[in-house]
Amino acid sequence: MNFLTQPWPWYIAGPLIGLMVPALLLTGNKTFGISSTLRHICAACIPTSSEFFKYDWRGHSWNLFFAFGIIMGGFFAGVLLQNPNPVQLNEAAVASMNQYGIKEYSGLMPQEFFNWHALLTLRGFILIVVGGFMVGFGTRYAGGCTSGHSIMGISNLQWPSLIATCCFFIGGLLMTWFVLPYIMHL
Amino acid sequence: MKSIKYLFIGMIFGFILVKSEVVSWYRIQEMFRFQSFHMYGVLTSAIVVGLISIQILKRLKVKTINGEEITIEKKEFNKGNIFGGLIFGFGWALTGACPGPLYALVGSGASIMLVALLSAVFGTYVYGVIRDRLPH
Repeated sequence: MNFLTQPWPWYIAGPLIGLMVPALLLTGNKTFGISSTLRHICAACIPTSSEFFKYDWRGHSWNLFFAFGIIMGGFFAGVLLQNPNPVQLNEAAVASMNQYGIKEYSGLMPQEFFNWHALLTLRGFILIVVGGFMVGFGTRYAGGCTSGHSIMGISNLQWPSLIATCCFFIGGLLMTWFVLPYIMHL
Repeated sequence: MKSIKYLFIGMIFGFILVKSEVVSWYRIQEMFRFQSFHMYGVLTSAIVVGLISIQILKRLKVKTINGEEITIEKKEFNKGNIFGGLIFGFGWALTGACPGPLYALVGSGASIMLVALLSAVFGTYVYGVIRDRLPH
């Protein structure tokens, strides 16, 4: 039971995530990827004249079931079998977080910045709304996300996926080192 | 409902995402600050297992449980891999979540991430509307 509430080390979680690739291929010849669900939601819910959303999204509905499963899995792991302890960070990481004024480590994200009230502040708006927008816009423009490119694509030796993954990291590094410090002090 | 299978696989995936804390804003910050091996360990071991699995499936010509042949679409390169990749990277560092974790976080009770998820849907929508004017 302890194993189900404690955080899992990388050498357990990583290989299990890798097994999603053959699991989906064997189940129905499906390729692992999440960001396309965002496109299917647009195609299903938003009326538009854009050709990009005129396709048979129902033919990809397995992907939406998969996404809904992720929400349920998140509920089991994060609510029913919640880790009672704060996230364990090493000293260097704690020092960086202190610079941002983070002192409370309960939950998976800094509660001071990610809550409904913070949404109305400039900082909260950038972290949550602008950040979310960039995730949706960027993944579709790039043709995939961490699962579709970094794991599925590289596993299948697709060099465009390797390039995309390098760009994910370059973007993340630039934001973390050069822009985020200013945003966090807004 | 033959799609129910994918709901179960998704549940397992969502469970792992939360238990491994790869959905955590802190873990993403640690990764981009090179302060911990955790995220690198998760990603590289996932890729190694995925790569070996695909090689086994291909070489042994394994079929799906319904007897279908397994085919994987190739990824064609375009400039979007670079520009879109960078934009996604910015968003990843801000929200601390990529699309899978956005769903998992909503389930884990972080209701505010529903806003980030809807914003991501809107981002995808805007991309679809203006894509003809973007370099590809």
